[in-house]
Amino acid sequence: MSSPAAPAADRTALDGSALAGTLSEVYAFETTRAVVRCSSCGHTDVLARTTVHLSAMGGVVRCATCAAVLLVVVERPDGVRVSASGAAWVQAPPR
Amino acid sequence: MSWHVATVVGARPLTGTARALTLAVPGFVGALPGQHVDVRLTAPDGYQATRAYSLAETGHDERVDLVVDEVPDGEVSPYLVRDARPGDQLEVRGPLGGYFVWHDADTAPVLLVAGGSGVVPFLAMLRARRSTGRRAPFRLVCSVRAPADAIERGEVDTPDRGFDVRWVFTREAPPGWPTPPRRITTDDLAAPGFGPDDGTDVFVCGPTGFVEAAAGLLTALGHPPDRVRTERFGGA
Repeated sequence: MSSPAAPAADRTALDGSALAGTLSEVYAFETTRAVVRCSSCGHTDVLARTTVHLSAMGGVVRCATCAAVLLVVVERPDGVRVSASGAAWVQAPPR
Repeated sequence: MSWHVATVVGARPLTGTARALTLAVPGFVGALPGQHVDVRLTAPDGYQATRAYSLAETGHDERVDLVVDEVPDGEVSPYLVRDARPGDQLEVRGPLGGYFVWHDADTAPVLLVAGGSGVVPFLAMLRARRSTGRRAPFRLVCSVRAPADAIERGEVDTPDRGFDVRWVFTREAPPGWPTPPRRITTDDLAAPGFGPDDGTDVFVCGPTGFVEAAAGLLTALGHPPDRVRTERFGGA
């Protein structure tokens, strides 16, 4: 990540729904309704309301409030890898 | 979640750039209106490209109904819109998502706000409402560039008790249309029975810029952010 802040008027930003399929390779629960807490600002919300940028390699998930990186999702030949160092925690949704 | 082999069984042009595709997908079950799938194409050299598409209809297991709008220079949509033909095989993962979903047992009023092909998940919700005979009040506000870009307008305009629709044309309006081309406004979104005090569930789907503009108008009308569900789509 070159900068912690995403561009202000970003027309390429998606949301957490865009990574539901890729994250289903990693998590046993449905991820768009999973709750994630930002380590930087403490904002806590469902993954569907995060800001996501996709690339051919995977995706970067940012806090919708402070733009800090929560998760980096990388599609590797040997499996999908999630770096969650920006998330204090991720909680499975209610059944 | 694993990939399923999907076979194209039907294709129907809808607009100059959009096409309905029906896939037979053994093992694909339990989809809900508003959910999406990932579609994966594999080139002869092994190169793979994956894109997410909303389901246009649910309620039929082992079948996937999509409406795909072509993105110029895209990697996946031009194939799906122009080239895919019955018998072709691709891969599907899903159904995906649980946030941007309408459950047909819900009785709250539903306000749907679509930009362009953002109407596709709402087609699934409208079709589920009709086929299950549910009577939750629905209002659809659909913004398109021109009449020729409107997806399934005939079906959407079919009168149905408790459902109303407003079309907004942003570049070219139909002949005799009461207003010139314009952007969506607060007036389109404020309707009796669909306000914040009515417990309305709001869904907004479209390109990022459209979603942010519409969500801003809805928040200004007083809809609580947690009752406004958004889904942004990108290209390709």
